[in-house]
Amino acid sequence: MDPAAAKLIGAGIACIGMGGAGVGVGTIFGRYLEAAIRNPSAAQGQFGNLIFGFAVTEALGIFSLLIALLLLFAL
Amino acid sequence: MDPIHQFEITSYLVFGHIGGAEIAFNKSALYMLISVAIIAWLMIGTTSARALVPGRLQGVAEMSYEFMASALQSTAGPEGMRFFPLVFSLFMFIATVNIIGLIPYTFAVTAQIIITVSLAMLVFLTVIVYGFWKHGLHFLKLFVPSGIPPLVLILVVPIEVLSFLSRPISHSVRLFANILAGHITLKVFAGFVTMLSAFGFLGWIGAIIPFGMTVALTALELLVAFLQAYVFAILTCIYLNDAIHPGH
Repeated sequence: MDPAAAKLIGAGIACIGMGGAGVGVGTIFGRYLEAAIRNPSAAQGQFGNLIFGFAVTEALGIFSLLIALLLLFAL
Repeated sequence: MDPIHQFEITSYLVFGHIGGAEIAFNKSALYMLISVAIIAWLMIGTTSARALVPGRLQGVAEMSYEFMASALQSTAGPEGMRFFPLVFSLFMFIATVNIIGLIPYTFAVTAQIIITVSLAMLVFLTVIVYGFWKHGLHFLKLFVPSGIPPLVLILVVPIEVLSFLSRPISHSVRLFANILAGHITLKVFAGFVTMLSAFGFLGWIGAIIPFGMTVALTALELLVAFLQAYVFAILTCIYLNDAIHPGH
């Protein structure tokens, strides 16, 4: 296979990993909302944990995007 | 139109060469100096009046101080407060540098992996040195969770060691990749605007969509810039907590 084409295909495949991060972020916000509706008074106290979990999970999706970007521009 | 072009480093003042590497005052150093000057002005200049009822800027300084202090105290306990200068400096530096990097035509310092790796290694080495200095060999208890049968320990200890050693990698790459990817995405969407507007009047109308997207992404990046500084600082607190209280 042409190496340039393989690079582009690899970048596309690397982006599949972002799907996993999407599932994770959706789970975090979904569960938070579920719990917040059950007990709205406790919701504010967990907002920091929510944002922290979101950022850590989102970073994993960014890692796969980084691989794709490295394949496209840097390597 | 190359989205990578914005991360290029230009040297302003070359002092000399060591090996093959250039020792120079460059763009990265300039933006770091600017952000340190802004932090110094915000923390020293605006609080020197010591108004009982704080003005807006003194409010910002006091709020960011209390925000980080409560975060450190809740994760690392009262003993963690001796590391407050380190954690607060890291938080303010990363947040300021990230937010300055969002201004068009400026430079994002944290999108350089060498900067984030240096910061993460600083935290990593602080944890190791403080852990051994405070607890001696008891610090190694960090890798041996209590209440686990000895046979399982053979499996658990290598995993704990490996996860400890991979901390600086994930710690630094998280910040670096978030800022890098954010800035590239912004540039790509901004590129769509110029590409579409080359098609004349209809292109101008179509360019509204990517332009609106660029505005929305800038807002998101502002959130990410602050959030990643917060996450970096919180992870620092969590890692320091391991050095202060090594037993699980």
